[in-house]
Amino acid sequence: MTQDLPNERPLIEIRELTKVYGKGDIAVHALRGVDVTAEPGEFVAVMGPSGSGKSTLMNILGCLDRPTSGRYVLDGQDVSKLDKDQLASVRNKKIGFVFQSYNLLPRLTAVKNVMMPMLYNGHSRITDTERRTRAIEILESVGLGERVNHKPNELSGGQQQRVAIARALVNNPAIILADEPTGNLDTRAAQDIMDLLNELHKNGATILMVTHELDIAEHAQRVIYLIDGKVASDRTQASGIAHLHNGNGTQHIAIGVSR
Amino acid sequence: MTTFQTLKIAWEGLTLNKVRSFLTTLGVIIGVAAVIVMLAISAGAEAEVADQINALGANLIMIMPAFGRGGFGPGTGMPASLQYDDLAKIEENVTGISGVSAQQDTTQDVKAGNTTLTDISVVGTTSGFIAVHEYAVAEGRFINGEDNDRANKVIILGYDVAQELFGDQSAIGQAVKVGSTKLTVVGVMSQKGVVGNTDYDGRVYVPITLVFKRWTNARFNRDALRVVYVSAESKKTMDSVMAQLNDLVMQILDTTPDSPGFTLTTQDSIIDMRTSTTETFRNLLAWVAAISLVVGGIGIMNIMLVSVTERTREIGLRQAMGARPRDVQLQFLLEAIVLSLIGGLAGVLAGVGGSWLFNEFGSMRTEIVWASIPLAFGAAAAVGIFFGYYPATKAAQLDPIVALRHE
Repeated sequence: MTQDLPNERPLIEIRELTKVYGKGDIAVHALRGVDVTAEPGEFVAVMGPSGSGKSTLMNILGCLDRPTSGRYVLDGQDVSKLDKDQLASVRNKKIGFVFQSYNLLPRLTAVKNVMMPMLYNGHSRITDTERRTRAIEILESVGLGERVNHKPNELSGGQQQRVAIARALVNNPAIILADEPTGNLDTRAAQDIMDLLNELHKNGATILMVTHELDIAEHAQRVIYLIDGKVASDRTQASGIAHLHNGNGTQHIAIGVSR
Repeated sequence: MTTFQTLKIAWEGLTLNKVRSFLTTLGVIIGVAAVIVMLAISAGAEAEVADQINALGANLIMIMPAFGRGGFGPGTGMPASLQYDDLAKIEENVTGISGVSAQQDTTQDVKAGNTTLTDISVVGTTSGFIAVHEYAVAEGRFINGEDNDRANKVIILGYDVAQELFGDQSAIGQAVKVGSTKLTVVGVMSQKGVVGNTDYDGRVYVPITLVFKRWTNARFNRDALRVVYVSAESKKTMDSVMAQLNDLVMQILDTTPDSPGFTLTTQDSIIDMRTSTTETFRNLLAWVAAISLVVGGIGIMNIMLVSVTERTREIGLRQAMGARPRDVQLQFLLEAIVLSLIGGLAGVLAGVGGSWLFNEFGSMRTEIVWASIPLAFGAAAAVGIFFGYYPATKAAQLDPIVALRHE
């Protein structure tokens, strides 16, 4: 692995990461020594067939799970040995999750869903009004300023995913982890969400996205391909954003460049 | 995350399933209501006993013949009994007493002019009656010693009897026919009302010797006093009076401590008996309360477990957003506590209302013990904490990855 920007500290650095489920004969080796480094501001897609270990990798990157061995340094902090409470704190402050099925709480309005991560960030001195103001700002920035008091069932799939992205952004995370963010959406809504993620990326956000759709992965600068718990390929794509889409007039041809 | 915020989240969780939340609290409602009704009933019963005792006259001792095997007394088959004359001996020889009286009742028709009252309780007694029973004469006089010595044909009317027979007219000096015997009214009693089972105002009072003479079968040792009431001056003199009575009555009846031929009964022994009845009832209700609180608690635990399963994804999501295990635990624990406290509140209302209904429309006297309300709330909160702990801990221990994938 080369470092593209040697002067800057990598945001994610994992070394010799392994994850084994079970013991002895029935042990499943989900990850067999993975090394990945990601710099701040990168937009990385993780691909691979099912069983390749990409979900396991995302869980560990999201601090939802701990590796069996190896090192994971996130934003300068070694998180591979943290306990449950410390991991919860890291998830709250450093990571914004975007899920395939949005995972909004159906009984809460958009703004309350967005406020939720702020409830767990330990700043109990922040008033409810301040949280609300912040949540509305974020919702406006993702284009849902008119929908803050709608409940999820009053929103389209694309809008729900926008709320979820707003929720992921609300605590200013170091990294956004998106797990099949367009998996439940039609082509148009998917394009919409990818446009939003591209915009966030342009504004400096670091995004790690799991997907099995090639045209979605092509939005990323860099694609890591996992097979059998190991990195099979790790390539940076030309000029970042690549559209293979007829909707907005511009057409870019994605050219993958092997490293 | 402050507790208040968690409380808000817990409340949102509960309002999600209002009917279910209500049904879940029913057990706690019943349990708490039972606690309050239970204490109200036993307080009411205690007050009732205290009232009766006060009405009977304080520090009362009853001397009753003991009906032992084979009987006592010379050849009658009946136990030896105190006679009317013995009352004077007690009065003279026992110190620390405020009154001595005996009672022999009969039931007769009472007639004055054209008015006939059927089956009136005729109380044959002595001058000590009013002192022993703390009863007062409104007009005229009560039975005196001379009335009994000569078996005078005089009668004192209870308040209601006087009203019914003579209305607003003065009854004093009027003639009243009791059974077939003509008596002269010498007094009317003041109003006392019903105490226990005794309607003081609906009775008439005559010399006890008159009852012996006119209405008691001569074959049955007719001068025998079935009960003698002695009232002690105060609680302090009770023991001394009891001891003196014991010796004196044994001497009069010529008996030994092995088979004295009589028993001395005090108010205390009556209180003890009633208290033990009340206690039995109270214990029963305490068990009802305890069982329904436990059953209610199990209901809460059950529904919380269902809730944890239903909201597994929510728990996973909250964990992903940074909720620590203890945040999740507190959320579900507070839900259980809020649920049981709402049950407690409804139970307090039901208990207070139920106690009031018992008192107003039921046969039972109740007095709400206000201290039982915080007690009941405490019990409800304890139930919530105890039975909410396991589901809350289970929720807190969920693996976020598994929880997020839960369908």
